[in-house]
Amino acid sequence: MDQAALETARTIIEKWRPKKGNLIMILHDVQDAFGYIPPDIARYLARTLHIPLARIYEVLTFYHYFKLQPPGKYKISVCMGTACYLKGSPSLLQELKNILNVEEGQTTKDGMFYLESVRCLGCCGLSPALAVNETVHGTLTKSDVIDIVSQYAKEA
Amino acid sequence: MIIATINGIPVHVAEGTTILEAARQVQVKIPTLCHHPDLPPTAACGICIVKVQGSNKMLRACCTPIEEGMNILTHDPEIVEVRRTVLELILSNHPNDCLKCGRNQSCELQNLAAAFGIREELFPKFISGIPKDDSTNAFVIDPDKCIHCGRCIEICQELQQVWALSFLGRGFSSRFAPAAGMRLVESPCVECGQCSSHCPTGAIFELDETVKVWQKLQDPDNYCVVQIAPSVRVAIGEAFGMPPGTNMTGKLYTVLRRLGFKAVFDTSFAADVTVME
Amino acid sequence: MITKTVLIKDTTPGSTSGTKEFFDVFTAALRESKLADEIRLVRAADIGVYNHGIVLKILPDNITYANVQHHDIKRIIGVTLKHGNPIKDLLYQPRAYQLRLVLKNCGRIDPESIDDYIAHDGYRALSAALQAGPDTVIREITASGLRGRGGGGFPTGLKWSMTRSTPGNEKYMICNADEGDPGAYMDRSVLEGDPHAVIEGMLIAGFAIGASQGYFYIRAEYPLAIERVQKAIDQAHAYGLVGERIFGSDFSMDLEIRLGAGAFVCGEETALIASIEGKRGTPSPRPPYPSVKGLWGKPTCINNVETLANVPSIIRNGSAWFSRIGTENSKGTKVFAVTGKVRNSGLIEVPMGTTLRDIVFEIGGGTASGKRFKAVQTGGPSGGVIPEHLLDTPVDYDNLQKLGSIMGSGGMIVMDEDDCMVDIAKFYLKFCVDESCGKCAPCRIGGYQMLNLLENISRGNATLEDLERLRLIAKAMQKASLCGLGQTAANPVLSTLRYFEDEYREHILNRRCPSKKCTALLQFIIDRSRCKKCGLCARSCPEKAITGDKEHGYTIDTARCINCGMCFETCKFGAVERN
Repeated sequence: MDQAALETARTIIEKWRPKKGNLIMILHDVQDAFGYIPPDIARYLARTLHIPLARIYEVLTFYHYFKLQPPGKYKISVCMGTACYLKGSPSLLQELKNILNVEEGQTTKDGMFYLESVRCLGCCGLSPALAVNETVHGTLTKSDVIDIVSQYAKEA
Repeated sequence: MIIATINGIPVHVAEGTTILEAARQVQVKIPTLCHHPDLPPTAACGICIVKVQGSNKMLRACCTPIEEGMNILTHDPEIVEVRRTVLELILSNHPNDCLKCGRNQSCELQNLAAAFGIREELFPKFISGIPKDDSTNAFVIDPDKCIHCGRCIEICQELQQVWALSFLGRGFSSRFAPAAGMRLVESPCVECGQCSSHCPTGAIFELDETVKVWQKLQDPDNYCVVQIAPSVRVAIGEAFGMPPGTNMTGKLYTVLRRLGFKAVFDTSFAADVTVME
Repeated sequence: MITKTVLIKDTTPGSTSGTKEFFDVFTAALRESKLADEIRLVRAADIGVYNHGIVLKILPDNITYANVQHHDIKRIIGVTLKHGNPIKDLLYQPRAYQLRLVLKNCGRIDPESIDDYIAHDGYRALSAALQAGPDTVIREITASGLRGRGGGGFPTGLKWSMTRSTPGNEKYMICNADEGDPGAYMDRSVLEGDPHAVIEGMLIAGFAIGASQGYFYIRAEYPLAIERVQKAIDQAHAYGLVGERIFGSDFSMDLEIRLGAGAFVCGEETALIASIEGKRGTPSPRPPYPSVKGLWGKPTCINNVETLANVPSIIRNGSAWFSRIGTENSKGTKVFAVTGKVRNSGLIEVPMGTTLRDIVFEIGGGTASGKRFKAVQTGGPSGGVIPEHLLDTPVDYDNLQKLGSIMGSGGMIVMDEDDCMVDIAKFYLKFCVDESCGKCAPCRIGGYQMLNLLENISRGNATLEDLERLRLIAKAMQKASLCGLGQTAANPVLSTLRYFEDEYREHILNRRCPSKKCTALLQFIIDRSRCKKCGLCARSCPEKAITGDKEHGYTIDTARCINCGMCFETCKFGAVERN
């Protein structure tokens, strides 16, 4: 584990140390900093916080928000909320799988795109919707998907 | 003191007594599966459900404290049907390996299935197919046979404070295993054996090398010796129906010789030597 | 010169030619009256009024006529267009269906400004509560009849008094903002639009129960809500409204945000508490209830965002004001996120007791496609579908429960005839299976087995006994699951079975999906008469099951077809049929 990563982890731990029940908040900050929870950091947390590693992984594998693999540069989250589902988000997801050649929860080989389906983006009025990192694209049809992907591919 | 009734039978119990304990006091048997007398209830299986008069909910007897004036019903066609369905569901997630399972005839799930008179399978089988972990010389973890009772976790984490086992993932794909993809041998496991002795099924079972021993004993080129741990001379008596505490040292030596061991050593000899020094 | 514009729209559900017909008759009448150069007629795509027959909007007078008949045209020309006078009996009288109490400030005040909130009566209720004392506050809330808006509908006043009466000098107040119900975003809108109202509600609740610390448990997927709430807490802190000795009284309370991490089951109180403690969000048996033994073993009260947002106005206006709104057992208003196949999707707030028909057709404007309405789902994955013939039911906690659904947190999904009920049941059940924590057997295995049965039904591989199996498992899950998630997970299946068993039987007995949704049961064929022989379908087919050439046309080899539907979607001429 490199020194900078260690320093980041230490700062996060110190920020939360006085708070009770801080594990999940620490994991959130770690994920914000690294994009996922690196195994080395998980072990470092266990040692420093005196929390069994078993407990940390119990929590990590329970909550879908936490990622154990590094994400791509762009995270594409396809909304699978009810409204989006009814209006055809499964076909958006399928189209993305075809275009990017990955399954849900995977990153493309070039590390550019990470594909996931999410519960609800809370944009039911824009259904069907997907988000690329924090930007929401709404009222999509299957044919819009390729444009969105190529737009981000160009930016990169 | 709390006064209530179970199937119309009055019970007088101390505050905090669970419905299950209260029922036992008046000889009413509520079937259980995940419950173990040594451990706090994990409330996982849902077999011990009962009804309380005036409510159409069903409560878990193992973890619900009985309250003043409760009229509890432990058996009626509806309760039994629900219990049976839950049991069938658990069985649909458990292989039919009984004949070659280490826990054959001492398995709590097998006993329950027998008690409910299960004769055929109502639901298709879905078995996890996660590979066994036989990395230690002490146990084999067979995730296929795990019924998620949670006893091993309770023991390993809360009682023994070892934290080798953890409850990973969630939902249908959740499993009990060491964290971070470790095998048991890489985990903090100290091979205390508490998990396997509390496991109701064959999901955590002592590594069995009986066949290997027989083979070695049969091999004329081998000079087989055996050494017994101090506790065995007493513990083995119980397995043969002797009163607890019976000393079986002599019989044990004889039996080992008759099995074909050329020499029998006793760990307590080394203990004596240590004391003498 | 054009002096007036008349917008025309036939709002009769399902009507496609009404507007055009009326437009033509009107045009002719105008010509006859020699007004064709002064009055412009426009066929509007959407006029903002629904299910009122032919609707006219006359501009710039802004007169709206509803249910206009052909024989009214002469009067309209004579009275309104020539002289500008309205015709009373034709006027459209919109009913005030909505009543905004919780959403009152959303969009009206600057959510990032505490001053703006204070200018709109903000924190007056808190000050009043501090003067009145906890017992009075609890009495007011109890008398108001406010019930939990998170789904269960537990009386809020009772919850508060239970937590208050548990002895202990360390108590906690939690605001549940882990809105996980797919298709619902009421809490998000309130937190983003009026965060101070929720904070004020939190402080009043904390004061009433005797808490010194409060937590907002917010979904990590709602970054703006988190930002706004944090900002609001900081502002309130700076004004002395959060922290030590609030308003100079003896009451001190701090607020902190804790983030959810993507687990629907954390809406369950004991699971939510475990999550704030930094553990897996697995529910634990109740009793002990959180009001006795909650966060870190201390008495804890958990209220939903919308519940808390109601509190300040109840304290300000009194319980009698609040309890006048709504039905006998369900007081006040409810915010719903109306989505799905509805014309006007969005957040609405209506008094309890409003009928589903008014919500779906009057406010929602009926189905977006104009196709036949089929059902509305309330309560998300824990609720159920309600078919057309029950739409006149007034919405409240008890009525929805009687229909096999629940109020839930306020998701309301409208479905039209293209939606297959087996598919819907599968969707919701899949959600619950994914979200099951895995602790208790009925939910973990029961949900999985049911999903498998539904999968078989949607593929035409099921028998009628499988319906009995579904019911058997559903019963076991309802009765033997540990928490609310498992106990209600079967509701979507049971309610679709209850109202649409025919559809299930059709899948099983005739291997047919009436809504043409279950692709495994469809058959794709190319209609020669419409086929333009372009070959697009053959190129799109992933299995190369379409053969032919540009001369002879194309055919689908049904043996090789995997029913993916690519050809159906690709064909620009509608020549691919699915049956």
